[in-house]
Amino acid sequence: MKPRHPSSPYLLLLPTAAFLAVFFLVPLLLAARNSFYAWDLLTPPRYVGLRNYEVLAGSGELMGTLLRTLGYSAVVVTLSGSLGLALAVALDRPGPVYAFVRGAVFSAYVVSWVAVALLWMWILDADGVFSAALRGLGLPTMSWLGDPRSALLALAAVSVWKITGYAMVIFLAGLQDIPRALHEAAALDGAGPWRRFRHVTWPLLRPSAAFVATTSLILSFQAFDVIRVMTQGGPVRSTTLFVYAIYEHVFVNLRVGRASAMIVIFFGFLLLLTVLQLWALRAGAPREGRRPS
Amino acid sequence: MTALRSGGAAAGRSGARRLISDVVLLVVAVVWLGPYAWMTITSLKTLPEITRAPAYPLPQAIQLGAYREVLQAVPVMRYFANTVLMATAIALLQIALALPAGYALAKLRFVGRNAAFVLVLSCLLIPAQVTFVPVFTMLGAAGLVNTFAALILPFGVSALGTFLVRQALLSVPDEIIEAARMDGAGELRIIYLILGPMLRPTLSALFLFSFVFHYNDYFWPLVMTTDDQVRTLPLAIALLREQGTGVRWHLVMAGNVLLSLPVLLVFAAAQRQLLRAVTARV
Repeated sequence: MKPRHPSSPYLLLLPTAAFLAVFFLVPLLLAARNSFYAWDLLTPPRYVGLRNYEVLAGSGELMGTLLRTLGYSAVVVTLSGSLGLALAVALDRPGPVYAFVRGAVFSAYVVSWVAVALLWMWILDADGVFSAALRGLGLPTMSWLGDPRSALLALAAVSVWKITGYAMVIFLAGLQDIPRALHEAAALDGAGPWRRFRHVTWPLLRPSAAFVATTSLILSFQAFDVIRVMTQGGPVRSTTLFVYAIYEHVFVNLRVGRASAMIVIFFGFLLLLTVLQLWALRAGAPREGRRPS
Repeated sequence: MTALRSGGAAAGRSGARRLISDVVLLVVAVVWLGPYAWMTITSLKTLPEITRAPAYPLPQAIQLGAYREVLQAVPVMRYFANTVLMATAIALLQIALALPAGYALAKLRFVGRNAAFVLVLSCLLIPAQVTFVPVFTMLGAAGLVNTFAALILPFGVSALGTFLVRQALLSVPDEIIEAARMDGAGELRIIYLILGPMLRPTLSALFLFSFVFHYNDYFWPLVMTTDDQVRTLPLAIALLREQGTGVRWHLVMAGNVLLSLPVLLVFAAAQRQLLRAVTARV
């Protein structure tokens, strides 16, 4: 439509543009600039060129943080995605019982990370029910969050518990789009449940799968709350993932420059993951008549 | 988006499959509801009970001592009010700003429209985890750290919200706007009083999604506040565990119940609207 006044579209967009500039774009540029400085928030920033990047790469901190973050994300994305798919297929049935159980699984996604983290700390405590159950079964137990070998895996498991409901909901929405006639036709042709899943359901769920995988990858890459509450990055830095490392540099070590260099690298990876997402969504072959949103 | 409400095809299942699906149902229910049950049970215990038998499944009696102690030790009501105020303000501000922007992007022809749209979308790629350090130093320089402004303003515009409002407005016929213009209604009047009510499903989904997200948020308030006056509930509950000697899990779990119950109630009451926003795709 023609705007009533030539300037009105710009005026209507102005507040949004101002907020986006002040709180998204300028901070991004500031982070990029700060990454070339040494700054402890108390004394004026000092230009150090690429030194922050050199230290991060040279000390192995960057590689270690990246590998831990990727490992955590890989576990979370794979497990929550496949569990979510299995639950969506298993729970896609009418009736109040199924609706209630679907709601229960999804509720974990709605509840605060703080609540989930505290709850699982208690469950995984040395005196907690999980260890008690293992002992009751005659199995060995350990300090799940206190041992560098298991802490990151424990955090990943808790995260899987929390976000599986998200994957399930996306897959359920995908399942609703599959015409029932396709299943009935396949059943008439004598296809069993597995073959119906393999040849009817899964191909049509591929776009949903690509969407779930990439969005939860980007989300798990940004994990922070669960770490801050459950392990504070320890023991021996085994759970120091990207965002927690940035947080620690600023608020524990007062190294804004180092943190900013981490931010720039982190943002680079997020862009990379987004490119991957766009590619995966395209390769997931969007069907015609897909709901816009 | 009735994903949680209705079921799909379930034609002709045999007895064995029925049994398998019942077992799956039971296991899933235990894994996802068990932790909530354990949280509630622990919150009803006393410290001696927990020390004596930490994993014993039942409390001796329904005791609300832990809740009384938490309410005494922490001004829960004030933190709750702070949190609700913050989350409501963010959600309303996002809607108030998304409507005019979405209207311009969806309905008006002007030079630079595509560029503006791309700009909005590109901000989806910049999460708070990337901007928090510079925003913290900026707000510090402006003397705004430890204020509600620091909690609310950075989230005043939601790129996702703007996008969703634009999408919803695309399907509103131009004739409605033309008729309103003919009647002499100004642009703002059209946007807020005519189009706003028409977009109610989208706006309420957006409100709920944003409200729940910011009610739950831990990261931003943690970074931006150190002061009791503006502290939010998730921070206060997380602090319950860090305070004092030895973790008193019955108190922490009581705090946890107080923190999660409002969200679970909102979820139970408005599952459908929440799902609309969660399953929205850009």
